[in-house]
Amino acid sequence: MSQQKKKLSNASLARRLALISVAMFGFGFAMWPLYNVFCDLTGLGGRGVKIAEGADGVGGSDRQVRIRFDATVNSSLPWDFEAVDKAMTVTLGEMSEAMYMAANPTDKPLAGHAIFNVTPPEASLYFVKTECFCFTQQVLQAKEAREMPVYYFIQPDLPASIKEITLSYTFYPDKKANLALTESAGK
Amino acid sequence: MSMETTLSHDTPAHDDHHHDKPRGLARWLYTTNHKDIGTLYLVFSLLMFFIGGSMAMIIRAELFMPGLQLVEPEFFNQMTTMHALIMVFGAVMPAWVGFANWMLPMMIGAPDMALPRMNNWSFWILPFAFTMLLSTLFMDSGGPAAGWTLYPPLSLQGGQSFAFVVFAVHMMGISSIMGSINVIATILNLRAPGMTLLRMPLFVWTWLITAFLLIMVMPVLAGAVTMLLTDHFFGTSFFNAAGGGDPVMFQHIFWFFGHPEVYIMILPAFGVVSEIIPTFARKPLFGYSAMVYATASIAFLSFIVWAHHMFTVGMPLTGALFFMYATMLIAVPTGVKVFNWVSTMWKGSMTFETPMLFAIAFVVLFTIGGLSGLMLAIASVDLQYHDTYFVVAHFHYVLVPGSVFALMAGAYYWLPKWTGHMYSETWGKIHFWVSAISVNILFFPQHYLGLAGMPRRIPDYSTQFADFNMISSIGGFIFGASQLIFVGVIVHCVYKSRQKATAQVWEGAKGLEWTLPSPAPYHTFDTPPVIDETTIAHAHSRH
Ligand code: HEM
Ligand SMILES: [Cu+2]
Repeated sequence: MSQQKKKLSNASLARRLALISVAMFGFGFAMWPLYNVFCDLTGLGGRGVKIAEGADGVGGSDRQVRIRFDATVNSSLPWDFEAVDKAMTVTLGEMSEAMYMAANPTDKPLAGHAIFNVTPPEASLYFVKTECFCFTQQVLQAKEAREMPVYYFIQPDLPASIKEITLSYTFYPDKKANLALTESAGK
Repeated sequence: MSMETTLSHDTPAHDDHHHDKPRGLARWLYTTNHKDIGTLYLVFSLLMFFIGGSMAMIIRAELFMPGLQLVEPEFFNQMTTMHALIMVFGAVMPAWVGFANWMLPMMIGAPDMALPRMNNWSFWILPFAFTMLLSTLFMDSGGPAAGWTLYPPLSLQGGQSFAFVVFAVHMMGISSIMGSINVIATILNLRAPGMTLLRMPLFVWTWLITAFLLIMVMPVLAGAVTMLLTDHFFGTSFFNAAGGGDPVMFQHIFWFFGHPEVYIMILPAFGVVSEIIPTFARKPLFGYSAMVYATASIAFLSFIVWAHHMFTVGMPLTGALFFMYATMLIAVPTGVKVFNWVSTMWKGSMTFETPMLFAIAFVVLFTIGGLSGLMLAIASVDLQYHDTYFVVAHFHYVLVPGSVFALMAGAYYWLPKWTGHMYSETWGKIHFWVSAISVNILFFPQHYLGLAGMPRRIPDYSTQFADFNMISSIGGFIFGASQLIFVGVIVHCVYKSRQKATAQVWEGAKGLEWTLPSPAPYHTFDTPPVIDETTIAHAHSRH
């Protein structure tokens, strides 16, 4: 019967339960690194894309896959940004080039940086970029328009179930750099 | 009635607060008595129910016709967000804590809650939390308007008042956690000798499990809103893609809290219905231990289904399949419960007093909500239903004729025990029928609206949705108005009713609370009762 077992006092029971709550508060924050590990493993959020600067493809394969290119600008960056080719068919393992076009229609210089994503998420694990405008911050002078290329290839071991891949970019303003740019323009 | 009935006035006092209870405001401010605190919680939640309800009336009035009629879209969004926050955290959850305070000690033969002073704190935090939350409506940047789910980046585009929302959520969380610790300590430590775990009434069981859910997930919500706060005001990038974060991660954290949260609102309802149906069917609950295990498995499963709220944000196929099947699995223990309630009624000598009417309506209408939930769980079709009125219909069926009806059933069931008087059965029944009919007029058409593609959280819609919206709004106005009857019945019962309640109140009622006189004395079970097989509600089913 429950009465015979030695019970914890109310206070120490309460303390232990409160400890569970504190641990769960910590768990909420631990979701951040856990989620990152999960993304790295599954390729979610474009996290699987590899960077291999200077690489040159790995030799052709007989399979082809269709790549679609998407471009978005965050509402707080007044740029025009689009993919020159909306889609292309590439041979696995071979180097390809995709061209984007960005323009700054305002009369002041603005800096932005691009964040990318890949769907389906698994596909990002086979996506290799050798050069991309997203590697660094981009500055467009007043009224400047510029082509922004991406060089990439798809590894030949891409699962056969994947027939189409979408590569998507969003340009965000680089707030700190923009502050510096306006200051130096003011001088 | 057995002799164990303990009138505390005759027994020596344990605590000093026993002798003189202060009067007026001080009594309520400093009280550590579980019945007083229970009353405070219940009155507070009723007030919130009406504040949240008025917001729903504004929403339904705007949606009465297509086009923008009454309010600005920004204000409309604040109304949908606030309505949900108030109803979830201000009405339903505190109401269940109120029931726990009043009933748990009386059901397990305890003199009070285990930690009475903390109990006082957990209640008195709430009025401050909700004053803070409501005050945002009067600030320059307005109340929160991104939905109760507070998804970034939208929720981060609000103004300075967002900080108030975050701190209000923190306070509600602290209140719930303290309340839950109290519930667990009371149930584990203060049961009368002989009240073994598997003899506890189901309301006690469901609350024990709910309390564990609460202490595990409220801190996760607190973490999520803290990250929103630092993203908004301190330049972190937890959920900001530009800074390397991911807004989708917020959804994972939120729903890790959010799905258990919906069960936090429904498990005590399961408990109350499991008390009421045996009483009015005059039969012991069918499958008592199955009910306990079903509740525990629902609680466990509720931790592994969260991403069924996120099928449309994109996830690997295996993920979608996992969350789909896990979600469908919950329907099994839920089905067990519905089956057991129906079996309890089967061949019972049933009478249909107001609590029983609400309990039966609960069983039928909650099941409708469960079935639409199953439809939503199918990952491939959820792409069509997600963020439409179909989801709105689903969760309102499980929450309004679900949780809220169970709250009303419980209120009518125990009101005579609390006040010592019978409420007006005629007006109780009128309240029931008007509510039960209007709630269906209100929410059933929303299924069709959703299937036809009407998105949720919008102040205007295209004209093909007009008819069903008008019907829904009419149902809404009737439902809203009929809750005034509820208040009338309570006020009448407390202040006017002259019909004295007996100790047992209901002919078929079993359980320790019914061995106490009505109204239950200020202090009860100062000496533990002797547990007698005939007074325990579930004794029969086990022998
Ligand atoms: C058989 C049981 C249930 C199943 C299978 C189920 C399934 C689902 C699914 C799949 C969704 C997401 C729909 C979407 O957003 O596209 C959902 C939403 C929801 N469910 Fe359930 N559900 C069940 C029971 C419940 C219960 C008991 C409650 C509360 C008492 C509840 C409350 C909610 C709420 C509040 C939402 C919407 C949250 C939001 O987006 O604001 N559900 N349900
Ligand atoms: Cu859920």
